[in-house]
Amino acid sequence: MTGETYPTHEKRRGFKNKVIIGVIVILALLPAIPLFLILINILKEGLRALSPGFLFHLPKPPGEEGGGISNALVGTFFIVGLSVIIGVPISILAGVYLSEYGKDSKLAEVIRISADVLQGVPSIVIGIVAYAWVVRPMGHFSALSGSVALALMMIPVVVRTTEEVLRLVPDILREASLALGVPYWRTVLKVVLPTGMVGVTTGILIAVARIAGETAPLLFTAFGNQFMTWNPMEPMNALPLVIFNYATSPYEDWWRQAWGAAVVLTFMVLGLNVLSRLLARRIAGEK
Amino acid sequence: MKEPAPGGHLKYDLAFQKIATGMGLLVVVLVAGIFVTLVIESWPSIKAFGLRFLWTTTWDPVSLQFGALPFLVGTLITSFLALIIAAPFALAGAIFLGEIAPPRYANPVSFVIELLAGIPSVIYGLWALFYLVPLVRWFEMKIGAPPFGLGLFTASLVLAIMILPYALSVARDVIRLVPDDLKEAAYGLGATRWETIRHVILPYARSGIFAGIVLALGRALGETMAVTMVIGNRSAMPQSLWDLANTMASVIANEFTEATEDVHLAALVEIGLLLFIITVIVNLLARIIIIRLKVK
Repeated sequence: MTGETYPTHEKRRGFKNKVIIGVIVILALLPAIPLFLILINILKEGLRALSPGFLFHLPKPPGEEGGGISNALVGTFFIVGLSVIIGVPISILAGVYLSEYGKDSKLAEVIRISADVLQGVPSIVIGIVAYAWVVRPMGHFSALSGSVALALMMIPVVVRTTEEVLRLVPDILREASLALGVPYWRTVLKVVLPTGMVGVTTGILIAVARIAGETAPLLFTAFGNQFMTWNPMEPMNALPLVIFNYATSPYEDWWRQAWGAAVVLTFMVLGLNVLSRLLARRIAGEK
Repeated sequence: MKEPAPGGHLKYDLAFQKIATGMGLLVVVLVAGIFVTLVIESWPSIKAFGLRFLWTTTWDPVSLQFGALPFLVGTLITSFLALIIAAPFALAGAIFLGEIAPPRYANPVSFVIELLAGIPSVIYGLWALFYLVPLVRWFEMKIGAPPFGLGLFTASLVLAIMILPYALSVARDVIRLVPDDLKEAAYGLGATRWETIRHVILPYARSGIFAGIVLALGRALGETMAVTMVIGNRSAMPQSLWDLANTMASVIANEFTEATEDVHLAALVEIGLLLFIITVIVNLLARIIIIRLKVK
């Protein structure tokens, strides 16, 4: 290389660097536009629909103006709550098995792969399965079948976080407890689990945030209902169902209400996510 | 407290271990149960149509002829188009947040992106229906395509927006894992920032980024609500990107509660079975890539 081409070559490299980095920055910032538009649109359209009556009143018949989503709010809390009751004990015990008993065994590995597979199953397929397992034998749609579907979706998340958190509990604690003559099962329940409780709670919150907005598994399980019901054996309404049904309806007032329900659901899900992150940060701080 | 007999501990210990093992096994049983249920429930359709189900294009609930090819095509087109649209932005975003932007800006932005990934798909669908559909309709009129607004293209756009935060955060995590001394060595040799990214960071992070893309694909394949709301729900073979169509997930969402004939219901479940098999393969593939990554 001669002395003359060296500076031009150098300049070209510098120029190329600037251009490509510039392109990367532009490409990186462009998607922010639609994503922020979505947030702004939800807020703008949603807050217009919000009022105390909207939250505490029952829906009006199709085509009539007004009415609210009180039954869907109750329904979402009910269905999600029931799925937590079904899913969490199974998940925590399975997580305990993986971290305390199974460890690196073949069976534990099979369970981990199964949890990963379950997490990847499309939510609409979970809905079909819950239909076959609960709705068909019962003969009608029900909140319970919706909860079973959502529980199936939360199990893999809670199993894996429980395992990860319990594995972080130092063995010294287990040994100290065992040395005091506490049997292993009580050590797990009274020492290991309470130590990892914040982490397990974080996992549950993440799972709840994930399932609270799920619509597809509820379409042919909880189904929806225009009335208030507290009976898990009956069809029940939920916020995601309201958003879907109202958005695809021909009534303008229902579109407005779909946005209202969307802003409520967004705040719920974002709130749960922020809360789980704050908890996760607390664990990281403790270490 | 009374001291229990020494043998008592053992009994409870064994019982607790058995319960925990049982719940672990239950996870395996549930996954196997899902597969078996899907096979049993779709049996009438498997028996009636056999492999023909995969490549015939007639989907007619009236004459009870069912072929799933239009939905297989719909799912493949929307998922891959979404991936192609999202990948450059996701990769650029990951490089930007993982390497270029100072952490004091990158961290809050990453936080917001992860929150966006948590917004339910039905809300993306709602937004797309009222904001994206008119935009696409305007665009279609400009270029002389049939101005439905709904269709394959719109569904791909929503999917792209939805999987972008997800693919981005996986890729960013991998890029952050690249050891500093490798980068410093490149800079020390006089490499520019782009040369370091191109020849050090990207090769090191390649398989992880690929795993992220495969995981995002798994998501796009099974995504139901947002797609169902904007794809137009037409059960015929799509002829162009602007056509109304259906994906595997959207046809199930639309017709499942309306199917009165056993064969119709079984055909829908068989589509669910296919979707299950495809997503299991895609997810296991991503898992194998990630395990290889850890070994390295």
